[in-house]
Amino acid sequence: MVRIVGIDLGTTNSLVAYMAEGHPRVIPDRHDRTMVPSVVAMTDNGLIVGNPAKEHLTRNPERTVYSVKRFMGKSLEDVRGELAYFPYHLTEQGGVIRIKLGEKTYSPPQISAMILKELKQRAEAHLGESITKAVITVPAYFNDSQRQATKDAGMIAGLDVLRIINEPTAASLAYGLQQKTQGTIAVYDLGGGTFDISILKLKNGIFEVLATNGDTHLGGDDFDRQLADLFVKEIREQHGLDLNAYPDHMQAVRLEAEQTKIRLSDELKTTALIDLPDGKGRYSKDLTRDQLESLTMNLVERTLGPCRLALKDACLIPNDIDEVVLVGGSTRMPLVRRQVEALFGKQPHCELNPDEVVALGASVQADILSGGTTDLLLLDVTPLSLGIETMGGVMSSLIRRNTTIPASAKEMFTTYVDGQTGVDIHILQGERELVKDNRSLARFRLKVPPLPAGVPRIEVTFLIDANGILNVSARDVRTGDTQSLAVKPSYGLSDDEVERMIGESYKFASDDLKARQLIEGRTEAEAILMATEKALKQGSHLVGEEELSSIRSAMAAVEAAKSGTDHKAIRAKMADLEKATHHLAEVLMDTSLKEALENKKLSELTSGR
Amino acid sequence: MDHQHTHGSSPRELQMARSMCWHCQSEVSGEYFCDRCVKVQPVSKELDYFTCLGFPRRLTIDQRQLEAKFYELSRAFHPDFYQNKSAAEQTISLGNSALLNTAYRTLRDPIERAEYLLDLEAGSVKQIRNSPPADLFEEILELQDTLNEYRAAGRTSETESTLRAKLQSERNMLEQRQRDMEVALQHLFVQWDALQDRGEATSQARAERNRILKEMRENLSNRTYVKNIVSDLVSTVG
Repeated sequence: MVRIVGIDLGTTNSLVAYMAEGHPRVIPDRHDRTMVPSVVAMTDNGLIVGNPAKEHLTRNPERTVYSVKRFMGKSLEDVRGELAYFPYHLTEQGGVIRIKLGEKTYSPPQISAMILKELKQRAEAHLGESITKAVITVPAYFNDSQRQATKDAGMIAGLDVLRIINEPTAASLAYGLQQKTQGTIAVYDLGGGTFDISILKLKNGIFEVLATNGDTHLGGDDFDRQLADLFVKEIREQHGLDLNAYPDHMQAVRLEAEQTKIRLSDELKTTALIDLPDGKGRYSKDLTRDQLESLTMNLVERTLGPCRLALKDACLIPNDIDEVVLVGGSTRMPLVRRQVEALFGKQPHCELNPDEVVALGASVQADILSGGTTDLLLLDVTPLSLGIETMGGVMSSLIRRNTTIPASAKEMFTTYVDGQTGVDIHILQGERELVKDNRSLARFRLKVPPLPAGVPRIEVTFLIDANGILNVSARDVRTGDTQSLAVKPSYGLSDDEVERMIGESYKFASDDLKARQLIEGRTEAEAILMATEKALKQGSHLVGEEELSSIRSAMAAVEAAKSGTDHKAIRAKMADLEKATHHLAEVLMDTSLKEALENKKLSELTSGR
Repeated sequence: MDHQHTHGSSPRELQMARSMCWHCQSEVSGEYFCDRCVKVQPVSKELDYFTCLGFPRRLTIDQRQLEAKFYELSRAFHPDFYQNKSAAEQTISLGNSALLNTAYRTLRDPIERAEYLLDLEAGSVKQIRNSPPADLFEEILELQDTLNEYRAAGRTSETESTLRAKLQSERNMLEQRQRDMEVALQHLFVQWDALQDRGEATSQARAERNRILKEMRENLSNRTYVKNIVSDLVSTVG
């Protein structure tokens, strides 16, 4: 069984977790820190990630990237309003934001990939094996472009992203596993940059999401900005200094704002201290929790609207909710807890560390995918309605929001003019009536054989997979031919570009490529040897002596190659062993497995126990 | 080791997929899995949602049973459980799950269920025009006038409060009407199910069938119409 890790790729911090003997665990570094700050810095000695990079925020602000998650799957136009808050330089190319670091520019998925690689290495060091497969979490309210960008980041980092899973639902898995909860729960997830609310029904190991809502641009960062804006304003008034001209000091203000906010979750009053440039001394500000709360009340209130909408979509009232679960660092704020309690009328749960619970849940999902956990199943929904542009710039909805995924819809297309050879299709996501108010996902041109108007009939299938990502296929109903589609994403990297970035990413890592291949080879050799041992135990009586001895000698050859350092030799011997066991595997398949499964009814195979 | 047969989706191939395992070519007698090689089988897209979920074509459905069946089949088909399987099996799992989700969503809601049954039995449900209940025609015309008057009236004027009161009472009347229609629909459900249970093939039974379908169509069309007016009222008067 190949190990799959669970990764929480957060706005502020990222974590990696795995399942060990039925328990999810977050992987710490040597200093026992579980969180990797989602920060990447370009230094004179190359790129650095995480805690060491965080030190560069104030030292080297123009070349230190933080909160890159806010830019995933976005165009420059989308984030114009907040550009002033970021000291690093953003440009755009092909509808995708690029971040300038020194001479080079990087797309947000490339920056995220650096964080993912750091997590991958951390897991490899801790587990002593190569890690190539992962489940990565995203905010539930992420649209298709943002999900795709996250998947691209995984690919660039050399990870096979087996599933993109929603953060609040991941958290519910961790809680459900821990507490064996049943009933209807609400997961309120306020992170560093995003807010999600998900309503789920838990029954016999099935986690069915009833509705989800959120705001992908609302989180702890915004709370920090309220305080930072106040500090900058007062510094201007009291000291006649415009800190906007000092990017390094702006970062110091931002970090002190964050620390002040954090301190006020435990204390009722605190003092913020900021060193000023040009020998102007120090700015000091006494703040009470009440003051912070009145500054940020409007932000907390912005989370309540999505909560009410989610309840409405789930056809529930607050009283129907049995449990409320808090997720995300920002839910440590007493104001947030009070407001959530007031809305749902019950005290929220926060037994699990709100910073770690998403990663823990991701590792539970990873274990489900690898076949380890078989009694839990997550049935998630698509957060936004999916549709296409129709006459007059109106969106026609094909898959409604909060539809359980995988979900599919079919639409028939024809022509309006004789001999027309193409139909342009524009795919959208959102809840508004008009195309211009919704998110453009992609465009493509359907090829149509030249025929009289109305005669061609092309059936297009829109399929949202279990990752919440759209797949489109087309079929000519008259001929039965399927058509491959060149779908051009409106706000995303093209496949070619992702390929190129994967290549570049490997070039940087070419040194450890050989080492990695060797580790991978050895791990897989170990797995195949164990599987063969097991097969022999079950079925050695089913094959002849000659066959047994050839299997034994092929196993010995793999064992020998495994202790060498040539990964190609290991692969070759593994292939030989596979050939030698081919017949045995077939025999086993036909008899024991079949018997085992035949004696069970479908209901037993699939029941929760 | 695995022979992977690409699975097409033209009607003829689907027909074959139903009678023969795509993987080992044996006759499939299992419902969702091949009895011989235990590989998952594609649920034919020609199956109606009732059959897909193992329910008879009846309009009264036990929600608990429906949910239990949905969960059972989700456990059988969901892509999470096919991660280590061949590409062909993953594709089937994805298609089956998507179909299952659509089937469940449709049957879970009584209105969608009735619309779907109408579509199956009589076809072209999409062409149902939303029409006002015949006996309410005059009243609804008048209501539209009152609504326009209200929108034109000044916020604090005396006419406004008179009109508001009038619209409120109209709203109450229409909401009562909605409830009545739901009861009538329930009644039609029972009639339909009883007719199916009798399973008669007489011309009388055929006439009864057509009557129920016709009344159901009318009920649904009136219901949507009234529902739209009520939501219009709610958004205008609050």
